[in-house]
Amino acid sequence: MKFDPFIIPFNIGLYFILIYVVSRSVIWFRDLSRPDKLRLQRGFFGIAFGLSLKEIFMESLIHRKIFKTNIRLGYMHMSLAFGWFLLILFGTIEADIFSAKHLNAPYKAIFFRFFNPDHGRMGFEAAYGFLMDLILAFILSGLLVAVLKRFYSKIVGMKKTTRLKMSDRIALTSLWLIFPSRLLAESFTCGAYGTGSFLTGSLGAWFATFLPAQQMAYPFWWLYSISLGTFFVLLPITRYMHIPTELFLIFMRNSGIKTGDKTGTYSEVQTYSCSSCGICIDACQLNFSAGITNIQSAYLMKAIRNNDDVSEIADNCLMCGRCDQKCPVGIELSPIRMIQRRAGEAENDFRNIYKGYFRSRQPIISEKAIGSSNYSFLHETDPEKADILYFAGCMTHLTPTIKNSMIKILDASGVKYNFIDEQGGVCCGRPLMLAGQDKEARELINYNSQMIWKSGAHTLITSCPICYKVFKESYYLDVEVLHHTQFIKMLIDEGSVKLNFLRNKVVYHSPCDLGRGSGVYDEPKEVLNHVSRLQKSNFEDGNSLCCGGSLANMKISSQKKKKIALEAAIELTKDNPDILATACPLCKKTFSAVTETRVADISEIVAEALIEKPVKKNNISNVKSIRELANI
Amino acid sequence: MEKFGFTISKGRQIDYESNNRRIAEYIFENEPSFRLCFECGGCSATCTTANFTGFSLRELNILIKRGENDQVRSTLKKCMLCGKCTLVCPRGVNTRNIVVLAKQAFQKSDEYEI
Amino acid sequence: MSKHVIVIGGGVAGLEVAGQLSKVGIEVSLIEKESKTGGHLNNWYKLFPDRRNSSEVKEYLNGITANNGINLMTDTTIEKFNRSRSCFSITTNGGKELIADAIVVATGFDLFKSARKEEYGYGIYDNVITSADLEEMFRKGEIVLTDGSVPESIGIIHCVGSRDEKVGNYYCSKLCCVTAVKQAIELREHLPESKVFCYYMDMRMGGAFYEELYREAQEKWGVNFIRGKVSEASETIEKKLMVKVEDTLAGRPLKMNLDMLVLMAGMEMSAGGEKVAGMSGLKTGENRFFAAADNHFGSNKSNIEGIFYAGTCTAPMNITETISHARAAFTEVMEWLRNGKR
Repeated sequence: MKFDPFIIPFNIGLYFILIYVVSRSVIWFRDLSRPDKLRLQRGFFGIAFGLSLKEIFMESLIHRKIFKTNIRLGYMHMSLAFGWFLLILFGTIEADIFSAKHLNAPYKAIFFRFFNPDHGRMGFEAAYGFLMDLILAFILSGLLVAVLKRFYSKIVGMKKTTRLKMSDRIALTSLWLIFPSRLLAESFTCGAYGTGSFLTGSLGAWFATFLPAQQMAYPFWWLYSISLGTFFVLLPITRYMHIPTELFLIFMRNSGIKTGDKTGTYSEVQTYSCSSCGICIDACQLNFSAGITNIQSAYLMKAIRNNDDVSEIADNCLMCGRCDQKCPVGIELSPIRMIQRRAGEAENDFRNIYKGYFRSRQPIISEKAIGSSNYSFLHETDPEKADILYFAGCMTHLTPTIKNSMIKILDASGVKYNFIDEQGGVCCGRPLMLAGQDKEARELINYNSQMIWKSGAHTLITSCPICYKVFKESYYLDVEVLHHTQFIKMLIDEGSVKLNFLRNKVVYHSPCDLGRGSGVYDEPKEVLNHVSRLQKSNFEDGNSLCCGGSLANMKISSQKKKKIALEAAIELTKDNPDILATACPLCKKTFSAVTETRVADISEIVAEALIEKPVKKNNISNVKSIRELANI
Repeated sequence: MEKFGFTISKGRQIDYESNNRRIAEYIFENEPSFRLCFECGGCSATCTTANFTGFSLRELNILIKRGENDQVRSTLKKCMLCGKCTLVCPRGVNTRNIVVLAKQAFQKSDEYEI
Repeated sequence: MSKHVIVIGGGVAGLEVAGQLSKVGIEVSLIEKESKTGGHLNNWYKLFPDRRNSSEVKEYLNGITANNGINLMTDTTIEKFNRSRSCFSITTNGGKELIADAIVVATGFDLFKSARKEEYGYGIYDNVITSADLEEMFRKGEIVLTDGSVPESIGIIHCVGSRDEKVGNYYCSKLCCVTAVKQAIELREHLPESKVFCYYMDMRMGGAFYEELYREAQEKWGVNFIRGKVSEASETIEKKLMVKVEDTLAGRPLKMNLDMLVLMAGMEMSAGGEKVAGMSGLKTGENRFFAAADNHFGSNKSNIEGIFYAGTCTAPMNITETISHARAAFTEVMEWLRNGKR
């Protein structure tokens, strides 16, 4: 038998999706910027290719990162992805070995049992059949977990599971039907012919005892083919598009392509690579502390794919970056969210299903230009010349202890510095950026840059992680930018300051913009270790919590912010530390309002531990002699 | 000719009935905490922008509520969104969102959307 | 058979209710955590609105509690609380068990811990003090800066820890305004050369003779009133305190250098009261003070029959109101002992 009409749905689906993916990737490639095209080409012929293959195997098939988060969820994803991959691979080999011809059409492999019902009675053939049954059983076990997850998400340790739209539901149903229908189709065929291995064979033999196996088989082969076809056809407009897209993502990432600040191929590929696994939802404090359950990154990705109005979702986020850390696919969720904040509202809201296939970029009217800004009232200033600048930051002026401690430490260290925003400075620009107003932010950045440049400084120290991040990333300055924790670490290493050991039990809260945002995890902890007994919390480094005070979320109410702060503070102070230490004025203020435990910035603790008597600020002219003394 | 009797110059008087309070209503709807302001001026005292130029968020708030929108629009642009005001506000008013919403409202009213 | 009532707290309310109960022959145990009774009255020098010496009120309270055999237990806290039917048993930190027919909770208030408003610099800058610290200076008769010099300009910040969402206190402590006015007058009296500035959000002069005192402060003492919430204070190189405020009536930001800053700390549920609430199951309100059974006709009653409230453990009150409230509590207790108790 060479052909049967039941294969038509499968063939239509298969060829449709192949053509679709090829044309889509051509469009994606065409839309890449020139440098990114070069990166991709170089990556394709370089080491990135090997790395990508390895990553595709480990992440797209085995789902190693999901395993790390949760074993059962990992098993579910692995059995479906890796199992299906093996089924196709070994199915193709089976068809190739045991058919008369080599290089068969795909349907020959997929429906091998239908076209070779007599196959696999003994020897190598039977052993191969056993292998195929084993793979099918493997997939079916994962499918069982998936079905249970949909109805009882706690089974896989997930508190929330993503909500689905209609096309996702149909695709999900067809996906669920694929493997059971294959099982039944094969079983009935095997039952009729007395073939098959432990699964299809035994099941078929049992069916044959009370059912007309020969007649039953055919409808199930149809069902199998239709399920596959439907699934393939719906693929581009559902979350399952992540299956082919993730491969592109991995290649692009390994070639060194970055998200950038506008919608482009890479951001779109990432958006389509989201499988809506829901791990980001569990990681989100807005979900588990504030009960806001519709704005998490998985929903954002979905809304972008569906061309929904995303501004409500995009704006309601603390930008803490916890989801970026947890995303098993490695999607740069926060940068994509920032793109959406910068973008204006989507002009045409086409939710029409068929347009979903042909949609290319998200239509953006223009840059968010809500009235042009006007900071012309800022006049150029001539700052005092200094090697080192201290920029406390807006927030630090509301936490004078931090400011005073830093002055104490700076004076004690003997360095000559200029406190540039002592009388209040201009905002660093990041708050505007977080609101998507880059153009306005640029004006402030230019103003501050000019001032810093004129001072002739080589180092800029700031107390505020928000400032730190923007100084580091968005200012084009020829100065070394240090957060004060890094500076203090440097002073300790050099021996420029001598500190007592305070014996306090301290737990460290890593501020989002300093830790996850800028990768400064170690220096603050090393400083704390130097002066106090540092406790470990359950939320270290990349897994740190957000204090809830983030400037990034303007949509959340102050009550909900407080709730987030309260729950984070409770978690952090579980082992009754004397001090909840942080390295951010905003975190300090936010936590102070909700906990009885003393909340202190690292600079305060260090200032308390200082051995040398601090130099009075008004003796700054004596700094030179002090410096000489320090050198002796 | 001299005029006697009691008059208030038209420019000074808030004409409450005919003033346009759609901007205020748009903000009330999207940021209910806008209603909570009791005009203490904490926001303007701490304001980064006010350190450099005439800018009082408190004043803008009350002007919007009274429908005196003209001077608000041009002044709003000066805000740096730094967020100090939000940290100071004793009523928990989400001040930054009010600035953003007010800008949005002006744009929407230009486009006849509100 | 004589009835026994435990009064928790030996401040104004506790002393008043204990005195009234003992006068009619009720056996009273008065538990006070400090070594002497009088509560916050001990820390206040003169009282508003007439600026009489606080010792006069203390004398009165001592008088009514002196002779009727009140079992006064100072340095005593409650460690255990039990209720069986309508009898109460309390175990003190000394391990002593007291059985009572009724309990009056008069745990009072704590002053807001001003260091929590970090931006005002209490505990950070030298010459930032609280209203309580200033009373202490008045008592000593010496108002000086930390360097021993006499302040020339003094700022008084109202509403520190009151009407402030940021510290979780939505309510008005209602006495700080008049305290500020009283202290402003006293400052001017002590230091005729000084300038005094009150930074207020609203002047809440609702009590008897408060408004008159406000008027006197303006008319006779030249106290300056600036309507605006101080956002932050900082220390200048010359050790002056610079406050930032918007003069909301002028519509302009205002910067001012002061020698001394006085923070009008608000009233909060006392830590002792919170402990009692935790042990007894007494309900507290959103403002964290004890919640009265009814705001209009049951302000002394609690959610537990036989336990009554007196004074500022339920809400900020002045001394007049506290004494009235304590007397009302006495009436409620008597009613309970006679008719209510089963």
